[in-house]
Amino acid sequence: MTQPTHASGSTSHQLAREPSGAPLRDPGDRPAQILGPDGVLAGAPGWVTPGLTRDLYRWMRLTRRLDAEAFALQRHGELGIWAQSLGQEAAQVGSVTALRPADYVFPSYREHAACLVRGVSPSQILAQWRGVSGCGWDPAARHLHAYTVVLGAHLPHATGYAMGVQRDGTDEVVTAYFGDGASSQGDANEAFNWAATCSAPVLFFCQNNQYAISTPASLQMRTPIHHRAAGFGLRSFLVDGNDVLAVHEVTREAVRHIRSGGGPAFVEAVTYRMGAHTSSDDPTRYRDQAESDAWQAKDPLSRVEKLLEAQGWWDQGFRTALDAECEALAVEVRSAVRGFGPVELDGLFDQVYARRTALLSSEKAAYADLVAGFLDEEVDDDGGPPDSLAGQARTARAFGVGVGR
Amino acid sequence: MSRLSLSAALNAGLRQVLEEDPRAIVMGEDVGPLGGVFRVTDGLSKDFGSGRVIDTPLAESSIVGTAIGLAIRGYHPICEIQFDGFVYPAFNQIVSQLAKMRARTAGKVPLPVVIRIPCGGGIGAVEHHSESNEAYFAHTAGLRVVICSDPQSGHWMLRQAMACGDPVIFYEPKRRYWDKGEVSSDLTLAPAFDRALVAREGTDATVVCYGGMVATCLEAAAVAEGEGRSLEVIDLRSLSPLDLDPVCASVRRTGRCLVVHEAPGFAGLGAEIVSGVTERCFYHLEAPVLRVTGFDLPYPPAKYENQYLPDADRVLDAVDKLLGF
Ligand SMILES: Cc1ncc(C[n+]2csc(CCOP(=O)(O)OP(=O)(O)O)c2C)c(N)n1
Repeated sequence: MTQPTHASGSTSHQLAREPSGAPLRDPGDRPAQILGPDGVLAGAPGWVTPGLTRDLYRWMRLTRRLDAEAFALQRHGELGIWAQSLGQEAAQVGSVTALRPADYVFPSYREHAACLVRGVSPSQILAQWRGVSGCGWDPAARHLHAYTVVLGAHLPHATGYAMGVQRDGTDEVVTAYFGDGASSQGDANEAFNWAATCSAPVLFFCQNNQYAISTPASLQMRTPIHHRAAGFGLRSFLVDGNDVLAVHEVTREAVRHIRSGGGPAFVEAVTYRMGAHTSSDDPTRYRDQAESDAWQAKDPLSRVEKLLEAQGWWDQGFRTALDAECEALAVEVRSAVRGFGPVELDGLFDQVYARRTALLSSEKAAYADLVAGFLDEEVDDDGGPPDSLAGQARTARAFGVGVGR
Repeated sequence: MSRLSLSAALNAGLRQVLEEDPRAIVMGEDVGPLGGVFRVTDGLSKDFGSGRVIDTPLAESSIVGTAIGLAIRGYHPICEIQFDGFVYPAFNQIVSQLAKMRARTAGKVPLPVVIRIPCGGGIGAVEHHSESNEAYFAHTAGLRVVICSDPQSGHWMLRQAMACGDPVIFYEPKRRYWDKGEVSSDLTLAPAFDRALVAREGTDATVVCYGGMVATCLEAAAVAEGEGRSLEVIDLRSLSPLDLDPVCASVRRTGRCLVVHEAPGFAGLGAEIVSGVTERCFYHLEAPVLRVTGFDLPYPPAKYENQYLPDADRVLDAVDKLLGF
């Protein structure tokens, strides 16, 4: 592996500057890399076994397939929106597989790979994007918190959870994923500082995919993100986020450091969002083809394919089985979306408080009366209540009168 | 039974919670050896240790944010925000995360976090130390917003807030911290903390108030009695959910209602109460429901607060109007 993985302390270099004046990257900072874009392995680390390599590759392929299917479903109007993980598979798979199942993970909103690895089903992931659930899975059962859309808000949660781990005297490591944009939030910086002051066993894993929607990292910060970590007192690592083996190894190292009581750590994984920010975004407005092409050449999947090929680890059986698994996942994704039934608003009234309040009881009852009134007049094809009751003008008028309290 | 100040009664409540609930954690700025700027946590770190009574970094968003993480892990945090005006950095965590987690996870991630906030004016403080920001939080579904008015209610309500399983914004009227009253620690005697209580019975008009204004309204009612007017005073205690049943029952008897709070009136809690009373008691009302509130100004410098804050005279003046209809 290219040294050093421990990147803090390298601030003495003259920082390279963009025309805007923003330093982008310290030329002295070399992201740790094991597997180059050409598929050539640096050295021959003994832990790079055929089994591990195939396993990591398998999760990346499954994630990419989920991403492609979900994106297509969004285009067909089946999902409201979708945040692609295309290009970030190595950063996610390499890191989440370096954790133990009991290590709690706080994702942001693009960590579909982490979900899959944690046993969340595609349909559970899609429920939120389809708009039928606030969180499709049971966070405690998967040791994986709900997605967090308010940027950086989950980083103090991770720190707090880690404080709980500390109090319980277990050796779990809490991991929080976030982006280069989120690193500008006050909450992120509060969380780094807080975790350092109480030595919380938490790993802050930044996927620097170069953009926060359209804003490039060079406009986001004047110091490379991983340099900031040292200022807070976090052990810091810099890694090629498109090299799944390096990410895996660096994360293992960071986690070892945390688990052995060394305090919180920070990983910056340098990667690239190859797709749009979300299905609503148009990246051609803010980045050019040459840039995308250059990153295409660093694709995290193709370099592992080259390695598997060159090492003869890419046997026909594995290939065929994985192709079949991806097909099955695609079928599952498509049928899952069709399987989401109409939603019932009345269930939501019971989820807000430990005991339903009088206000919600009266609103629930008023809504039930309203629906019953409509049912007398109209039933849709399958005999159930119409899907979009609340969207109908009559419903709105009836509600406008004021729900009796 | 013992005679305690509100701040001592709250302290006794926290002590009891820490003793009974091993997952309870008190956290906030200066809550440790100092005992908090109002001494509500006095002596707790000495007796329970710095692991249960945590002096945190000076970062409100993370005080609530880490409490959320601790609650996800199964802990039971009680955060102190040092002053009302400093809760705003934590506003995002409270309204976007704390309030919504139970609903969005269909009940799988309940967040029993209590956030204590010394609130309101009347102590001659500098800016940002005297605000009444309850309406922001009452507007957010998923939170409970309660406010105590005296030592006994403070003691019981705090322990009930810790036991209810929901996130609670727990307001403590800071100018009543030093007021003393009899306090029983027997929780079985306590009325539910989300119920409004009749603080004084009367027949001519209903005065609805909460927090620091309860004592003010009771004072006004005592004066009114001397003038031959009988005011019923209701202490709301829970601002969300709002318990309007006793209020409406009272208004149906008196036919008149006055709402008093020290927060600015515009889009304040009073508007919600007026609306609820009007909707439910329309045919019993002899007069429009009136409000006495703080003015719609940023909370003024200390020398102005006697004029800014509703006092017994303003309450009595409004009562005159109410009875004159
Ligand atoms: C507090 C907040 N502000 C704005 C947004 C809108 N928004 C959603 S994603 C995004 C960019 C995030 O960039 P980054 O953190 O780098 O993560 P990435 O999307 O690149 O994975 C923005 C501005 C938000 N979700 N939260």
